Amino acid sequence: MESLLNTSSTMLFTAFILYLVATFFFGFTIKDKTNEHRKSGFIGKLAITLTIIGFFAQLIYFITRWMASGHAPVSNMFEFVTFLGMCLVLAFIIIYFIYRINILGLFALPIAMIFIAYASVFPTEIAPLVPSLKSHWLYIHVTTVALGSGILFISFVAGLIYLIHEVDQHERTLRTVSLEVILYIIFLLLGFIIISTIYSSMNYNASFEYELNGKPVVANYTLPAIAAPNDGTLVTEGVMEPWFETPSWMQGADAGRKFNSVIWSFFTGTLLYLLTRLVLRKRVGAAIQPLLKHVKPDLVDEINYRSVAIGFPVFTLGGLIFAAIWAQEAWGRFWGWDPKEVWALITWFFYAAYLHLRLSRGWHGEKSAWLAVIGFGIILFNLIVVNLVLAGLHSYA
Amino acid sequence: MKHIKCECGHVNPEGTVLCEACGKPIEVNQHIDGNDKKKLLNMRYEGSARRSTTYNKTIIDKIWNFFSSVKVAVWLIILALIASGIGTILPLEQYIPADAVSRDPAIFYPETYGLFGQIYFQLGFHKLYSSWWYLILISLIGVSLVICSIDRFVPLYRALKRQKAKRHQSFLNRQRFYSESELVSQEDIDAVKAQLKKQRYRIMEEEGHFVAEKGRFSRWGPYVNHIGLIIILIAALLRTTSFFYIDDYVWVREGELTVVPGTESEFYIENNEFILDTYDTEDERFKDAIAKQGQIIPSNFQTNATIYTAENSDVIGAEENLEELGEYQISMNKPAKFGGYTLYQQGYQLNEFSTMTFKIYEMNDSEAESLGEFTIDLFNLQTEYVLDNGFKVEVVEYYPDYSLTENGVRSKTNESNNPAFVFNLFPPNSEASEISFVGDVIGSAEDLGIDTSVVDLQPMANVIGAFAPSIDATGENEYRVLIDSIEFDRKSGLSIKRDYTLPLFGLGAIIFMIGVIQGMYWQHRRIWLHSKSNGILLAAHTNKNWFGLKKDIEKAIEGTSVRMVEDQKEDD
Ligand code: HEM
Repeated sequence: MESLLNTSSTMLFTAFILYLVATFFFGFTIKDKTNEHRKSGFIGKLAITLTIIGFFAQLIYFITRWMASGHAPVSNMFEFVTFLGMCLVLAFIIIYFIYRINILGLFALPIAMIFIAYASVFPTEIAPLVPSLKSHWLYIHVTTVALGSGILFISFVAGLIYLIHEVDQHERTLRTVSLEVILYIIFLLLGFIIISTIYSSMNYNASFEYELNGKPVVANYTLPAIAAPNDGTLVTEGVMEPWFETPSWMQGADAGRKFNSVIWSFFTGTLLYLLTRLVLRKRVGAAIQPLLKHVKPDLVDEINYRSVAIGFPVFTLGGLIFAAIWAQEAWGRFWGWDPKEVWALITWFFYAAYLHLRLSRGWHGEKSAWLAVIGFGIILFNLIVVNLVLAGLHSYA
Repeated sequence: MKHIKCECGHVNPEGTVLCEACGKPIEVNQHIDGNDKKKLLNMRYEGSARRSTTYNKTIIDKIWNFFSSVKVAVWLIILALIASGIGTILPLEQYIPADAVSRDPAIFYPETYGLFGQIYFQLGFHKLYSSWWYLILISLIGVSLVICSIDRFVPLYRALKRQKAKRHQSFLNRQRFYSESELVSQEDIDAVKAQLKKQRYRIMEEEGHFVAEKGRFSRWGPYVNHIGLIIILIAALLRTTSFFYIDDYVWVREGELTVVPGTESEFYIENNEFILDTYDTEDERFKDAIAKQGQIIPSNFQTNATIYTAENSDVIGAEENLEELGEYQISMNKPAKFGGYTLYQQGYQLNEFSTMTFKIYEMNDSEAESLGEFTIDLFNLQTEYVLDNGFKVEVVEYYPDYSLTENGVRSKTNESNNPAFVFNLFPPNSEASEISFVGDVIGSAEDLGIDTSVVDLQPMANVIGAFAPSIDATGENEYRVLIDSIEFDRKSGLSIKRDYTLPLFGLGAIIFMIGVIQGMYWQHRRIWLHSKSNGILLAAHTNKNWFGLKKDIEKAIEGTSVRMVEDQKEDD
């Protein structure tokens, strides 16, 4: 048991490192003109091989953790987000073998790594399944949704590459600013991961007592408290005093702690971003653009569309059809307008709109790329905001 | 109707852009598909005559045209998307938590979320998804779906059915893939044909010209998937009727036999046992997580029940003629199914007060010797209880779920979760009486610092320990009434559903998936080969995946003198 779990976490770490190394190798292929001949050179082959080995390492993580816990490891935020990262890698590998394009790896793998790192900010203990989750449909539903999302993420990756390549960086326009905002948001995510990792390696803890629905509860902060819970009192000694209180309109359990994490992510992410800007002396988008010289925009646009074409039916199957079947088995109602369900519906509608605009109204290229980015935002919204803020049946945390 | 006769002899309906048979552009209609501004022909609907692009006079035309526009459809979808998103900001009416200030939406939203909540409630967002305007929005999408599909499917079907192998030259050279080759031998043409056959193209020939076609069925994909969606919408409408959909709820105590509501007294249920299993806090695997959560985690809720059918459900008192249908173990994710109904394990209550025994004491009796006792069955409450020794107790007030708020005392629910009584006590042979208040065990326990919220998964008696004293409201009482013992009940909450629309939803979903796959993973490809005296013209079209089409052509002309097509794609 104990050793299985150890193997499991070692393999996850191994996968992470392999993805990192593979990213570098994909980076080395950037000057490779062979890209254009749909044949990759030796370094490209090495990079994809490392990615595949990394994927298998993560698969072993998945299987051993399943053996250790007795249920498929997709039942809490840590497990689900990790799995999502794995699906993104799988989708990348599949798309890679259709189009043989190295540059995709340079963007897809770091995003997968961000997912895995983000996941590890959540509690990693194996948690028992509550009765409503005890169903084979849990596995079927969650794995298909994650796979569908992973494939749809590739359309975001392709869209992002397209935008960085195509958006004219000579002057400041709405397009350059929007693109920069997207990149900035990635920095915020990085900021959150970095700062959480630093403090959790120090075992930082500050506890607050406050009242929730008339009952006293304790909030454990793992980051120094800038924003205390509303009407909360600090009970841990020798830690930083909070600067202010979370406003009372932020509702729900742990609103203060979550708000505090958001503030920290903004601090760290913005600092990171500013430093980068200082070093680069231009927009981050403008700095990356020359690296993408050899990218063929048509091909990237094709990948954007193809991943939606593949991802959309898979997502429909997992996120709506299997979800409905399970809800029918468990609660006798296949649809309940729970926030998570509604956001799955929104995602589905959105990609349907994407397809209509593309197929019927000829929205190709840049328009499609922006849509792919928005679609990614909607899926992330469902994953992060709906889970952590709009609590419902599905909320893991 | 004005028909248009093409030079090839085919008679086309009014509004046709490209002749159905030979593809020759019909001069006066080129603006319809925007061909007049481009070199390439718009091939999306084969230049067929669609009602929406042909007529625009009457009000019906205008409505038709409005709904057959994909732009309108996308706007409707986006509106539905935004509206749905707004509905998730605050919990819906049915998700107002049980421990909220009030379950009345008019109070809950403003109290909990302030002004924003007030507005949210006022605009009806707390039941958004059943509001008339949301339903109208969804119906409009349905209307758009139907009209759009009819508008395009019929003419497209006609055009593809009537197409001929021989195409007009101006049709061919305005295709995206096009090439001209001189001096091509008949052997080469036959080789191309053979190659295409090998690639599973169907070949149609006419006067030495031919068209190779495959995957036409994929053109119907969108219509198939939209039919699936329409079926789902129809199912959703049917579900609002009680014939197709029954939804009810029943609480059954252990040992109780009761009718299953919603079944027209056809079925009865007896709760033999309610089981609640929890995870072992020492479990090697889970102990860390359980410790972190700081509470007991349930692993199974289950009702072991016997279901009976009533012999003659029309007769009153049919309970006498029950016939056993079978034993069922109903737990989460394992509902019981019988007679078209499904019973789901939904809720439970472990600590419902069922009977309470009280003893009467003299107020200042240091020996605490009881003067008599009486027992109240909370499910069969009497107005007065007469004791053997002549005491008489009148029940003046009964609060099953007592709570004391700023606005006075009230019963939170009608469940006996925290009973409290106001008694009027008559000593033997006395006309004078005294009032005493007894109950609110939970409140008293909490005053002592006991956390009664953990009671959910534990027997209540373990948690509350000592019982509450009674309160002497006037300070002049000679007797007092104390709780001596309490018995608790465990009851199971089951929901009953009968949903005849499920197969319809399933069918819709399957058809939708088939349609999406059919349209997305196959493509309609056509390659025209037009013989001329001094060579051939080659043109090709596909609705998706030009890359794949190009490869097909490359393979087909390999080793022949036919020139590879050029991609004449224009920037839009
Ligand atoms: C609101 C009413 C709707 C209208 C008027 C409409 C109209 C259309 C039209 C005209 C096409 C064909 C595009 C082309 O190839 O030229 C299409 C394709 C498609 N529609 Fe819709 N649609 C509607 C709603 C939906 C919805 C709600 C969905 C699913 C969420 C959906 C899913 C699709 C898909 C997946 C395709 C692409 C199929 C393919 O090309 O194989 N549609 N739609």
